[in-house]
Amino acid sequence: MNFEFSDDQNLLREQAQGFLQSKCPLETVRAVLEGDQAYDTALWKGITEMGWTATTIPEAYGGIGLGHLELCVLAEELGRSLAPVPFSSSVYLATEVLLMCANEAQKQAWLPGLADGSIIGTFAIAEGGKAPSRHNIETRVADDRISGCKIPVPDGDVADFSVVLACDGDQHSLFLVDLKDPGVTKRVLKSIDPSRSYAELNFDSAGAELLGEAGAGFALTDALFDRAAILFAFEQVGGAHASLEMAKAYALERYAFGRPIASFQAIKHKLADMYIALTLAHSNCYYGAWALSTDASELSLAAATARVSATEAFHECSKENIQTHGGMGFTWEFNCHLYYRRAKALALNLGSLTRWKDKLVTQLEESNKLANTN
Amino acid sequence: MDFNDTPEQAAFRSEARAFLSANATLKSESVVQQETEAEYLVRARAWQKLKAENGWACLNWPTEYGGRASTPMERIIWGQEEGKFEVPTGPYAIGLGMCGPTMIAYASEEQKREHLPIMASGERIWCQLFSEPSAGSDLANLRTKAVRDGDDWVINGQKIWTSGAHYSDWGILVTRSDPTQLKHKGLTFFFLDMKSPGVEVKPIKQISGASNFNEIYFTDVRIPDAQRLGAVGEGWKVSITTLMNERLAVGNAGGPDVPDLLRLAATTDIDGEPALNNAAVREKIATWHCQRSGLKYTNYRTISALSRGGVPGPENSITKVVSAAKQQDLASFAMDLMDMGGILREDVEDKFLNSYMGAPGYRIAGGTDEILRNIIAERVLGLPQDIRLDKQVPFNEVPQSS
Repeated sequence: MNFEFSDDQNLLREQAQGFLQSKCPLETVRAVLEGDQAYDTALWKGITEMGWTATTIPEAYGGIGLGHLELCVLAEELGRSLAPVPFSSSVYLATEVLLMCANEAQKQAWLPGLADGSIIGTFAIAEGGKAPSRHNIETRVADDRISGCKIPVPDGDVADFSVVLACDGDQHSLFLVDLKDPGVTKRVLKSIDPSRSYAELNFDSAGAELLGEAGAGFALTDALFDRAAILFAFEQVGGAHASLEMAKAYALERYAFGRPIASFQAIKHKLADMYIALTLAHSNCYYGAWALSTDASELSLAAATARVSATEAFHECSKENIQTHGGMGFTWEFNCHLYYRRAKALALNLGSLTRWKDKLVTQLEESNKLANTN
Repeated sequence: MDFNDTPEQAAFRSEARAFLSANATLKSESVVQQETEAEYLVRARAWQKLKAENGWACLNWPTEYGGRASTPMERIIWGQEEGKFEVPTGPYAIGLGMCGPTMIAYASEEQKREHLPIMASGERIWCQLFSEPSAGSDLANLRTKAVRDGDDWVINGQKIWTSGAHYSDWGILVTRSDPTQLKHKGLTFFFLDMKSPGVEVKPIKQISGASNFNEIYFTDVRIPDAQRLGAVGEGWKVSITTLMNERLAVGNAGGPDVPDLLRLAATTDIDGEPALNNAAVREKIATWHCQRSGLKYTNYRTISALSRGGVPGPENSITKVVSAAKQQDLASFAMDLMDMGGILREDVEDKFLNSYMGAPGYRIAGGTDEILRNIIAERVLGLPQDIRLDKQVPFNEVPQSS
């Protein structure tokens, strides 16, 4: 058994850490949080020049053709640094869905731009404060024209195209929409995590091109979200780890009652619990990475498991990091809230924790894992 | 990343599986049978003997002491395969997992040749005499007195929580030989025949109704100095060797787990619907599945590190913390699913009830939840120790319970 990343993958991790430590300190995240820009353009340029956006795209479409394990490594480091860039929308969502189900012409049209970073893509499904389902999607396509409103769409204001889930007669399908179409209007939204950008996309008879099989909208979305959940889980674990490290550093330097607060059991046990949550999530992510890279039959179960435990770990670590900091933890000035915000945004971006837990149990039932897990 | 064995590992695994299939029943195919402890011990002794005769005892021990000199990976593969079968290994866990390795590290060559092969073959069962009424989590607070008398030491005092002492033949013992030294100095370590005059064993009845542990009283028990392990006053160092091995021996709490709960929830009814359709039930199952899966793959990562020559570190402490709490909560929830019927304990083999009554002990034995969190905080995260009042003073001046 070898349940570790390879030497080459660990080398990639070291390179990514070095790059992000120098190009993406927390000041960079805060600048996007407090400023008007949607993302840090210099960081994004650096990331695309390093070829990270091209990781899983085959060489025939201008990519590097590496596997998903490499992408998992990068995701963890991007999550650790809270990188304020549209990487996840463009890579985990748009690139993944095109690789899954685009036809040759669509791949030729979009993948080279996604690979070199000249094009940003995203995926639009939500329509406000409700869980998207077959019963409530109102965005409609007829005669290759799309109308409706998607909100929130991650990086919707900066994306060049979006894949959109819409009603297609009495079924649901995915559509490719060029966001430069005059029928598209964008509105930048305020969100819980302004270090990332969210928009409302309004479609008024904009051009829409079927992506994948007609009627397969929800099935493709589920398959895409399984894959994306594992990549996002690595981001979540990276962020959880950074939160734990921040709490630990503060507990060691902060004195109360004549001693570092890190010497009090109340704080030690809190940090131990953060470590436990992080370790369980990290190991579930490893399993997810393996399932993703091998297209294993248990991919959906692995994805839901990684998703649920990484969501809970980042929540735990980011909120207890604030608690460890005491009063300074909830000031705007301290950086604790950057993790707390990102944790919540990532917890919601592929659907709620409740839905993922339900899905996890459905997978347990369906794959009848009970008989042969050990 | 892959889950596959190397060709050598695969060959070893099939050899292990062939032996097990020929001589034991898979857990999934076995029927729980009621038996007395005496009957269980007969089965355990027979199983250990059979393993020893076929080269499957104490895999990591040197061959001259009854082991197989296996690699760490082979030991793990054996553990995985044996774990699938219904075999009675419990009485040997402490002797072979902790006492044996301590003897290997500290006993004389002659003593090793005398004691280890018959320990490996199951002929003699060993126990570990460490905890005392005032020395549980704070083990170094132990007071059992050892006084030198000629070629012997004379032992007086009391041990407690000694697993299996009532059926053990020999034991390892840590004592205080000099109370005027600092707490962690002045300890001396021995091994002894449990039939020595002056050793009295009294079983403790637990809340589960079982009696796995004992109190041991020592009244003028004589131990030859030749049975001392390590130097006089170096008993703490020897104890650490034992406890490092406990880290490997104490693991997953066991008991009914997510698959059992899924089965129960699929067959139990809430208002005409299977309980498994209930959102609150699903939420709980998902949470426990994540813990179970997280522990499984944490273990895989540890195994990967071991197979590259690493050593098991304190991060293994999470296994018991997580699994023991899960065992307790999951059992409690399963009983809740049975509604008012959950009160009953008519069926003495009911796994959820037994797990519910056993879990409190598991959260304490082999390092409490609290001590394990301290270990994670101090040895994994590098946080400082608590301020202590017992470090810089002789043991006989350390504040004690009245």
